Amino acid sequence: MSEHWYMLTLVGRDRPGIVARITRALYEGGCHLGETSMMRLGGNFTVMMMVQYAGTAKALEQLVAGEADSLGLKLHVDRVEGGRQQAVEPDVRITVYGADRPGIVAHVTGALADAGLDILDLISDIGGSEEAPIYILHLEGRALQGIPALASALEIVKGEGVDAQLTPIETMVG
Amino acid sequence: MAILEIIKYPDPRLKEASQPVQAFDDALRDFVADLEETMRAGPGGVGIAAPQVGRFERIVIVDVSGMRKLPAGSSNSGRLVLINPEITEWEGMAMGREGCMSVPDYTGNVIRAEKVRFTAHDEFGELHEYACEGYEARAVQHEADHLDGMLFLDRLVSRRTDLFRRKVYQQKDKR
Repeated sequence: MSEHWYMLTLVGRDRPGIVARITRALYEGGCHLGETSMMRLGGNFTVMMMVQYAGTAKALEQLVAGEADSLGLKLHVDRVEGGRQQAVEPDVRITVYGADRPGIVAHVTGALADAGLDILDLISDIGGSEEAPIYILHLEGRALQGIPALASALEIVKGEGVDAQLTPIETMVG
Repeated sequence: MAILEIIKYPDPRLKEASQPVQAFDDALRDFVADLEETMRAGPGGVGIAAPQVGRFERIVIVDVSGMRKLPAGSSNSGRLVLINPEITEWEGMAMGREGCMSVPDYTGNVIRAEKVRFTAHDEFGELHEYACEGYEARAVQHEADHLDGMLFLDRLVSRRTDLFRRKVYQQKDKR
Protein backbone atom coordinates (compact mmCIF):
# COMPACT_ATOMS: atom_id res chain seq x y z
CA MET A 1 0.00 0.00 0.00
CA SER A 2 1.35 3.45 -0.84
CA GLU A 3 2.16 5.84 1.97
CA HIS A 4 0.59 9.27 2.21
CA TRP A 5 1.58 12.37 4.09
CA TYR A 6 -0.81 14.02 6.52
CA MET A 7 -0.68 17.14 8.65
CA LEU A 8 -1.94 16.28 12.11
CA THR A 9 -2.80 19.17 14.40
CA LEU A 10 -3.67 19.03 18.09
CA VAL A 11 -4.67 21.98 20.24
CA GLY A 12 -5.80 22.16 23.84
CA ARG A 13 -4.91 22.68 27.47
CA ASP A 14 -1.26 21.85 28.15
CA ARG A 15 -0.17 19.15 30.56
CA PRO A 16 2.92 16.96 30.84
CA GLY A 17 3.08 13.81 28.69
CA ILE A 18 0.91 14.77 25.73
CA VAL A 19 3.60 14.30 23.08
CA ALA A 20 4.63 10.92 24.48
CA ARG A 21 1.07 9.58 24.50
CA ILE A 22 0.11 10.86 21.06
CA THR A 23 3.31 9.74 19.34
CA ARG A 24 3.07 6.33 21.01
CA ALA A 25 -0.41 5.89 19.54
CA LEU A 26 0.88 6.96 16.11
CA TYR A 27 3.89 4.65 16.31
CA GLU A 28 1.80 1.66 17.33
CA GLY A 29 -0.59 2.46 14.49
CA GLY A 30 2.21 2.21 11.92
CA CYS A 31 2.89 5.91 11.36
CA HIS A 32 6.25 7.49 10.65
CA LEU A 33 6.80 11.10 11.70
CA GLY A 34 8.34 13.82 9.56
CA GLU A 35 9.02 17.38 10.62
CA THR A 36 7.19 18.42 13.78
CA SER A 37 6.63 21.64 15.68
CA MET A 38 5.19 21.77 19.19
CA MET A 39 4.74 25.07 20.97
CA ARG A 40 2.92 26.54 23.90
CA LEU A 41 0.96 29.49 22.65
CA GLY A 42 -0.73 31.59 25.30
CA GLY A 43 -0.48 28.65 27.68
CA ASN A 44 -2.15 26.26 25.22
CA PHE A 45 -0.58 23.10 23.89
CA THR A 46 -0.22 23.13 20.10
CA VAL A 47 1.49 20.66 17.84
CA MET A 48 1.64 20.16 14.10
CA MET A 49 3.15 16.96 12.80
CA MET A 50 3.92 15.65 9.36
CA VAL A 51 2.82 12.02 9.52
CA GLN A 52 3.45 9.33 6.94
CA TYR A 53 0.72 6.72 6.98
CA ALA A 54 -0.60 4.09 4.59
CA GLY A 55 -4.29 4.48 5.46
CA THR A 56 -6.93 7.15 5.04
CA ALA A 57 -7.26 10.42 6.94
CA LYS A 58 -10.25 8.96 8.75
CA ALA A 59 -8.24 5.92 9.86
CA LEU A 60 -5.39 8.16 11.05
CA GLU A 61 -7.84 10.24 13.06
CA GLN A 62 -9.16 7.10 14.69
CA LEU A 63 -5.65 6.05 15.71
CA VAL A 64 -5.24 9.07 17.96
CA ALA A 65 -8.87 10.02 18.71
CA GLY A 66 -8.92 8.01 21.95
CA GLU A 67 -5.84 9.69 23.40
CA ALA A 68 -6.85 13.11 22.07
CA ASP A 69 -10.30 12.83 23.68
CA SER A 70 -8.97 11.67 27.01
CA LEU A 71 -6.46 14.56 26.99
CA GLY A 72 -9.16 17.05 25.99
CA LEU A 73 -7.39 18.02 22.76
CA LYS A 74 -8.93 19.11 19.48
CA LEU A 75 -7.67 16.96 16.64
CA HIS A 76 -7.46 17.85 12.98
CA VAL A 77 -6.01 15.83 10.08
CA ASP A 78 -5.37 16.98 6.51
CA ARG A 79 -3.90 15.08 3.60
CA VAL A 80 -0.95 17.15 2.34
CA GLU A 81 1.74 17.10 -0.30
CA GLY A 82 5.31 17.06 0.88
CA GLY A 83 7.84 14.75 2.31
CA ARG A 84 10.63 14.19 4.72
CA GLN A 85 13.10 16.78 3.48
CA GLN A 86 11.70 20.06 2.30
CA ALA A 87 14.28 22.38 3.83
CA VAL A 88 14.68 25.79 2.21
CA GLU A 89 17.62 27.81 3.46
CA PRO A 90 16.89 31.22 4.97
CA ASP A 91 19.32 34.00 4.13
CA VAL A 92 18.07 36.66 6.52
CA ARG A 93 16.98 36.89 10.16
CA ILE A 94 14.86 39.81 11.36
CA THR A 95 13.85 40.68 14.89
CA VAL A 96 11.21 43.35 15.47
CA TYR A 97 10.13 44.52 18.90
CA GLY A 98 8.24 47.35 20.48
CA ALA A 99 5.43 48.38 22.80
CA ASP A 100 2.63 45.92 22.11
CA ARG A 101 -0.32 47.21 20.11
CA PRO A 102 -2.64 45.72 17.51
CA GLY A 103 -1.32 45.66 13.96
CA ILE A 104 2.45 45.30 14.42
CA VAL A 105 2.68 41.99 12.58
CA ALA A 106 0.36 43.03 9.77
CA HIS A 107 2.19 46.30 9.30
CA VAL A 108 5.73 44.95 9.50
CA THR A 109 5.20 41.80 7.45
CA GLY A 110 3.26 43.80 4.86
CA ALA A 111 6.19 46.17 4.40
CA LEU A 112 8.65 43.27 4.29
CA ALA A 113 6.54 41.28 1.83
CA ASP A 114 6.48 44.28 -0.50
CA ALA A 115 10.30 44.37 -0.20
CA GLY A 116 10.58 40.71 -1.21
CA LEU A 117 10.63 38.77 2.06
CA ASP A 118 9.53 35.14 1.88
CA ILE A 119 8.97 34.14 5.52
CA LEU A 120 10.15 30.62 6.33
CA ASP A 121 9.90 30.77 10.10
CA LEU A 122 8.04 33.08 12.47
CA ILE A 123 7.90 33.11 16.25
CA SER A 124 6.49 35.87 18.37
CA ASP A 125 6.50 36.41 22.11
CA ILE A 126 5.00 38.89 24.51
CA GLY A 127 7.25 40.13 27.28
CA GLY A 128 7.38 43.12 29.57
CA SER A 129 4.92 43.85 32.35
CA GLU A 130 1.15 43.52 32.15
CA GLU A 131 0.77 47.30 32.08
CA ALA A 132 3.50 47.76 29.48
CA PRO A 133 3.72 44.64 27.33
CA ILE A 134 6.42 44.31 24.66
CA TYR A 135 5.82 42.43 21.45
CA ILE A 136 8.83 40.55 20.05
CA LEU A 137 8.77 39.06 16.56
CA HIS A 138 11.46 36.76 15.12
CA LEU A 139 11.48 36.06 11.42
CA GLU A 140 13.72 33.98 9.23
CA GLY A 141 13.29 34.01 5.50
CA ARG A 142 14.58 34.54 2.04
CA ALA A 143 15.29 38.01 0.70
CA LEU A 144 13.94 37.54 -2.82
CA GLN A 145 14.77 41.12 -3.80
CA GLY A 146 18.01 41.29 -1.85
CA ILE A 147 18.85 42.34 1.68
CA PRO A 148 19.15 46.11 1.01
CA ALA A 149 15.48 46.20 -0.02
CA LEU A 150 14.48 44.63 3.32
CA ALA A 151 16.80 46.95 5.24
CA SER A 152 15.16 49.98 3.60
CA ALA A 153 11.69 48.67 4.42
CA LEU A 154 12.74 48.15 8.04
CA GLU A 155 14.07 51.70 8.28
CA ILE A 156 10.61 52.99 7.35
CA VAL A 157 8.96 50.66 9.86
CA LYS A 158 11.39 51.77 12.58
CA GLY A 159 10.33 55.36 12.01
CA GLU A 160 6.83 54.30 13.02
CA GLY A 161 7.52 53.18 16.55
CA VAL A 162 9.10 49.71 16.60
CA ASP A 163 12.73 48.65 16.83
CA ALA A 164 14.18 46.14 14.40
CA GLN A 165 17.37 44.26 13.67
CA LEU A 166 18.27 42.57 10.41
CA THR A 167 21.08 40.02 10.22
CA PRO A 168 22.11 38.26 7.03
CA ILE A 169 22.40 34.49 7.48
CA GLU A 170 25.50 33.11 5.81
CA THR A 171 25.32 29.35 6.13
CA MET A 172 28.76 27.84 6.61
CA VAL A 173 29.01 24.35 5.12
CA GLY A 174 32.14 22.55 6.28
CA MET B 1 44.83 13.85 -7.08
CA ALA B 2 41.47 12.35 -6.34
CA ILE B 3 38.13 13.30 -4.89
CA LEU B 4 37.67 11.21 -1.76
CA GLU B 5 34.41 9.80 -0.51
CA ILE B 6 32.77 11.84 2.27
CA ILE B 7 31.51 9.70 5.12
CA LYS B 8 28.12 10.72 6.39
CA TYR B 9 26.32 10.66 9.71
CA PRO B 10 25.12 8.26 11.21
CA ASP B 11 28.43 6.58 10.37
CA PRO B 12 29.87 6.17 13.90
CA ARG B 13 33.40 6.95 12.72
CA LEU B 14 32.47 10.66 12.62
CA LYS B 15 32.29 10.56 16.42
CA GLU B 16 35.87 9.30 16.79
CA ALA B 17 38.72 11.52 17.94
CA SER B 18 41.60 11.83 15.49
CA GLN B 19 45.30 11.34 16.21
CA PRO B 20 48.05 13.94 15.79
CA VAL B 21 50.08 13.84 12.59
CA GLN B 22 53.63 12.59 13.24
CA ALA B 23 55.32 12.59 9.84
CA PHE B 24 55.30 15.59 7.51
CA ASP B 25 56.19 13.66 4.38
CA ASP B 26 55.12 13.33 0.75
CA ALA B 27 52.38 10.90 1.68
CA LEU B 28 50.89 13.59 3.95
CA ARG B 29 51.15 16.21 1.23
CA ASP B 30 49.50 13.89 -1.29
CA PHE B 31 46.65 13.34 1.12
CA VAL B 32 46.30 17.09 1.76
CA ALA B 33 46.04 17.65 -2.01
CA ASP B 34 43.27 15.04 -2.26
CA LEU B 35 41.50 16.47 0.78
CA GLU B 36 41.62 19.95 -0.74
CA GLU B 37 40.26 18.71 -4.05
CA THR B 38 37.44 16.96 -2.19
CA MET B 39 36.65 20.17 -0.28
CA ARG B 40 36.51 22.26 -3.44
CA ALA B 41 34.21 19.73 -5.10
CA GLY B 42 31.69 19.93 -2.26
CA PRO B 43 28.78 22.30 -1.65
CA GLY B 44 30.02 25.42 0.07
CA GLY B 45 33.52 24.13 -0.07
CA VAL B 46 35.06 26.40 2.57
CA GLY B 47 36.30 23.71 4.92
CA ILE B 48 36.97 20.03 5.39
CA ALA B 49 38.49 17.78 8.04
CA ALA B 50 40.39 14.53 7.47
CA PRO B 51 37.96 12.36 9.48
CA GLN B 52 35.21 13.36 7.02
CA VAL B 53 36.99 11.21 4.46
CA GLY B 54 37.76 8.44 6.94
CA ARG B 55 41.32 9.41 7.84
CA PHE B 56 41.58 9.93 11.58
CA GLU B 57 44.46 12.36 11.72
CA ARG B 58 44.36 15.97 12.90
CA ILE B 59 44.28 17.67 9.52
CA VAL B 60 41.84 20.33 8.34
CA ILE B 61 41.69 22.73 5.44
CA VAL B 62 39.83 26.04 5.48
CA ASP B 63 39.66 28.48 2.59
CA VAL B 64 37.05 31.24 2.47
CA SER B 65 38.91 33.23 -0.20
CA GLY B 66 36.93 31.74 -3.06
CA MET B 67 33.53 32.87 -1.79
CA ARG B 68 31.51 35.00 -4.17
CA LYS B 69 30.86 37.44 -1.34
CA LEU B 70 32.67 37.04 1.95
CA PRO B 71 30.29 37.76 4.86
CA ALA B 72 30.81 41.08 6.64
CA GLY B 73 33.15 40.89 9.61
CA SER B 74 35.03 37.84 8.39
CA SER B 75 38.80 37.64 8.16
CA ASN B 76 40.27 36.10 5.02
CA SER B 77 43.53 34.21 5.48
CA GLY B 78 43.39 32.46 2.13
CA ARG B 79 44.19 28.76 1.95
CA LEU B 80 44.79 27.36 5.42
CA VAL B 81 46.19 23.87 5.79
CA LEU B 82 45.99 23.25 9.52
CA ILE B 83 47.75 20.22 10.90
CA ASN B 84 47.54 19.44 14.61
CA PRO B 85 45.67 22.73 15.17
CA GLU B 86 45.27 24.00 18.72
CA ILE B 87 42.83 26.80 19.44
CA THR B 88 44.38 28.89 22.19
CA GLU B 89 42.02 31.86 22.56
CA TRP B 90 38.31 32.39 22.09
CA GLU B 91 36.63 35.79 22.14
CA GLY B 92 33.01 36.88 21.80
CA MET B 93 30.05 34.81 20.67
CA ALA B 94 27.85 34.77 17.63
CA MET B 95 25.04 32.58 16.42
CA GLY B 96 25.31 31.42 12.85
CA ARG B 97 23.88 28.80 10.58
CA GLU B 98 25.97 25.78 9.72
CA GLY B 99 25.73 22.77 7.49
CA CYS B 100 28.16 19.94 6.91
CA MET B 101 29.10 17.74 3.98
CA SER B 102 28.79 14.82 6.41
CA VAL B 103 25.21 15.83 7.34
CA PRO B 104 23.44 16.44 4.01
CA ASP B 105 20.16 18.33 3.68
CA TYR B 106 20.16 19.91 7.11
CA THR B 107 21.39 23.19 8.53
CA GLY B 108 21.03 24.53 12.04
CA ASN B 109 22.02 27.35 14.35
CA VAL B 110 25.23 27.05 16.31
CA ILE B 111 26.96 29.51 18.65
CA ARG B 112 30.69 29.95 18.07
CA ALA B 113 33.37 32.32 19.26
CA GLU B 114 33.58 35.40 17.07
CA LYS B 115 37.36 35.45 17.16
CA VAL B 116 39.85 32.66 17.69
CA ARG B 117 43.60 32.48 17.84
CA PHE B 118 45.26 29.16 17.12
CA THR B 119 48.46 27.45 16.18
CA ALA B 120 48.89 24.78 13.53
CA HIS B 121 51.57 23.18 11.44
CA ASP B 122 51.48 23.43 7.67
CA GLU B 123 51.99 20.39 5.42
CA PHE B 124 55.76 20.94 5.59
CA GLY B 125 55.80 20.78 9.37
CA GLU B 126 56.30 24.48 10.02
CA LEU B 127 54.37 25.89 12.97
CA HIS B 128 52.28 29.03 12.42
CA GLU B 129 50.11 31.27 14.57
CA TYR B 130 46.81 32.53 13.27
CA ALA B 131 43.97 34.85 14.25
CA CYS B 132 40.61 34.60 12.53
CA GLU B 133 37.21 36.18 13.01
CA GLY B 134 33.64 35.94 11.83
CA TYR B 135 32.78 33.44 9.16
CA GLU B 136 36.34 32.20 8.79
CA ALA B 137 36.64 31.67 12.56
CA ARG B 138 33.36 29.72 12.44
CA ALA B 139 34.76 27.47 9.71
CA VAL B 140 37.95 26.83 11.70
CA GLN B 141 35.96 25.92 14.83
CA HIS B 142 33.59 23.67 12.87
CA GLU B 143 36.48 21.77 11.27
CA ALA B 144 38.51 21.56 14.48
CA ASP B 145 35.46 19.99 16.15
CA HIS B 146 35.59 17.13 13.63
CA LEU B 147 39.03 16.22 14.99
CA ASP B 148 37.46 15.63 18.39
CA GLY B 149 34.52 13.65 17.02
CA MET B 150 32.15 16.59 17.39
CA LEU B 151 29.57 17.57 14.78
CA PHE B 152 27.61 20.81 14.59
CA LEU B 153 24.64 18.63 15.57
CA ASP B 154 26.27 18.38 19.01
CA ARG B 155 26.12 22.17 19.36
CA LEU B 156 22.68 23.03 17.98
CA VAL B 157 20.76 25.73 19.77
CA SER B 158 17.02 26.26 19.55
CA ARG B 159 15.55 29.07 17.53
CA ARG B 160 14.61 30.90 20.69
CA THR B 161 18.14 30.85 22.04
CA ASP B 162 19.51 33.78 20.10
CA LEU B 163 18.40 36.65 22.30
CA PHE B 164 18.30 35.21 25.76
CA ARG B 165 20.72 32.36 26.24
CA ARG B 166 24.07 33.60 25.07
CA LYS B 167 25.80 33.52 28.43
CA VAL B 168 25.08 29.89 29.18
CA TYR B 169 27.25 28.72 26.33
CA GLN B 170 30.31 30.66 27.42
CA GLN B 171 30.37 29.00 30.82
CA LYS B 172 29.90 25.53 29.41
CA ASP B 173 32.03 25.69 26.37
CA LYS B 174 35.17 27.66 27.07
CA ARG B 175 37.56 24.98 27.95
